[in-house]
Amino acid sequence: MFNTIAVPFDLAHIDKQAKAISAAADLAKHFGASLTLVGVTSTTPSETAHNPEEFARKLAEYAATQSDKFGIRFDTHSTVSVDVTIDLEKKLDTAIHEIGADLVVMASHEPGFRDYLFRSHSGNLATHTDLSVLIIR
Amino acid sequence: MMSEREVTNAEDSTIGYQENAPHPIDTDFELGQDNINPFGLDIHNPVFLVSGLSIVAFVLITLMFQAQATEFFGWLRPFLTSTFDWFFLGAANLFVLFCLMLLVSPLGSVRLGGSDAKPDYSYAGWFAMLFAAGMGIGLMFFGVSEPMSHFASSLGGTAVEGGVRSDWAPLDAAAGDAIAARNLGMAATIFHWALHPWAIYAVLALALAFFTYNRGLPLTLRSAFYPILGERIWGWWGHLIDITAVFATLFGLATSLGFGTEQALAGLNYLFGWGTGNVAKVVLISAITALALISVLRGLDGGVKILSEINIGLAGLLLLFIIVVGPTATIFETTFAGGAAYVKELIPLSMPFGREDANFSQGWTAFYWAWWISWSPFVGMFIARVSRGRTVREFVICVLIIPTFVCVLWMGAFGGTAIAQVVADATAPVKDAALELKLFVMLASLPLSTITSVLGIILVLVFFVTSSDSGSLVIDTITAGGKTDAPAAQRVFWCTFEGIVAATLLLVGGSEALNALQAMAVSTGFPFTIVLLALCVSLFIGLRQSLREQRG
Repeated sequence: MFNTIAVPFDLAHIDKQAKAISAAADLAKHFGASLTLVGVTSTTPSETAHNPEEFARKLAEYAATQSDKFGIRFDTHSTVSVDVTIDLEKKLDTAIHEIGADLVVMASHEPGFRDYLFRSHSGNLATHTDLSVLIIR
Repeated sequence: MMSEREVTNAEDSTIGYQENAPHPIDTDFELGQDNINPFGLDIHNPVFLVSGLSIVAFVLITLMFQAQATEFFGWLRPFLTSTFDWFFLGAANLFVLFCLMLLVSPLGSVRLGGSDAKPDYSYAGWFAMLFAAGMGIGLMFFGVSEPMSHFASSLGGTAVEGGVRSDWAPLDAAAGDAIAARNLGMAATIFHWALHPWAIYAVLALALAFFTYNRGLPLTLRSAFYPILGERIWGWWGHLIDITAVFATLFGLATSLGFGTEQALAGLNYLFGWGTGNVAKVVLISAITALALISVLRGLDGGVKILSEINIGLAGLLLLFIIVVGPTATIFETTFAGGAAYVKELIPLSMPFGREDANFSQGWTAFYWAWWISWSPFVGMFIARVSRGRTVREFVICVLIIPTFVCVLWMGAFGGTAIAQVVADATAPVKDAALELKLFVMLASLPLSTITSVLGIILVLVFFVTSSDSGSLVIDTITAGGKTDAPAAQRVFWCTFEGIVAATLLLVGGSEALNALQAMAVSTGFPFTIVLLALCVSLFIGLRQSLREQRG
């Protein structure tokens, strides 16, 4: 049913996305689909990396550990943005289309007070993309 | 925490950096380590709170003790610019020389973001953003009034009272000679808007861009001090630098928004008779802030850049219009003669010592330098944000050389037209019009003035929005400890805060309070001059190392 699964991934909160990674791995095995971690990083130094090159390397390193752990290949796709706060969903949407994904699996936080004012990234992406999105809480 | 850090360092050293990739500084500091997350926000502790609270405190104190505040800052600013005029003038000259040295030296080949980095923006988008943030509004009001002031004072000649020059003319003036006075007036105006201010911005922007993109330090002012202060930048030294930058930026923006509102209202009232009461002021500040909010929420690409491009496009249109329907031949003559006079008088005008024209060199030049320098944390940091992927040489050409030519042409067109009107008719209305109305009065003498005046007023307002949105982004980044991906609520806060500070000052304190706080903001130009001098050293050391790495 699905051939290419994209997993938007935030290197700053690895622990909160374990469930989404594991679910994506199971789905990929079930459908025989390929699996790609998609990361968006700022052009300026961030919590996770000093520069976009380092970010891409760290994402690839993390993907390698997950490939070993789940016994299925995790590819990576990283992209840069000058204003991550605003452009994250747009950049993710572009990236998941670039890799030709047909299913998006991503982690999200429990909705809280702040979501009344500013919507969550996963919610926003799910609203605007034309692809199937599975949000894992 | 410690062990995790050691692991990362160990990994880094085994893998090694790619040859062309940027080379981060080896520091124990981790971006965001001092940040706290109340209500899901992501703010630097203590920079966010101390900046915010001290700004509120300053506004309250100024309003409560307005007479004393006016007296103190009204004394402080002129004290600084007349006592340390040699320091401002000398430092600004060094910044120009430093930038020109970078242009021709091999250091110019260092690329911001590492030698494989691709520019984030096209030349057009990049230039529009840096120009709209850097000068903008001032060009609208001073483009007409400043050449006229210097022309009039030069034409009036010198006057001596008690052995000291009492006139405001630049250099030796040009008594009674209208053409010479015009050229000297243009040279003096161009001097304040061309190489020197842009060199001030360029030094700060380059230093910050280099230490951010090539050395992996957070995008906040303290980072540029790493070669001098070392690890101390993560402590109170760094907090102090960042807080002062926020302070100078917010008060600079809020007071110019306050003054600008009065000026724009004067223009609107002149054109449409809408009145200049408090309601109109609040409506205008709210409208500008609302537009700036939309812009920051649409982001750097979808908001700030588009608005800057519209802005520069409209400004270009107005400039073109004035050149075409105005006295075209006179404009070109003024531009070339003024540009030539600028080149000829550049050295005498920038002399830090032995000046006889103290009113001009202290009251105009030193004041301008302090003003540009107090704006530099904001403009410089914003320019740094959008300059990744450019080489140092490209940077100097686009931030220093091209704006210089644009300013010569702009002043030639606006100032040249206005001076021509006064020369042709000594009673021309533009001569005695209030400063904020000079632009519109000048336009009124040209054809199609209804259209151009409306275009003029739109430009004034959009220039405010483009300062306000980029300023909010800069303050947001500094107070988030250099994070550019902090929650959107924070940029909303700073953008709104700026509007509220401006409105409060304008309504409660009026122009007296605005004057006091603007004098305070300009006074920060003094410590920042020392900062900028230190940055030249920092940047030079950094670029030399980088060049050696690039050459292997």
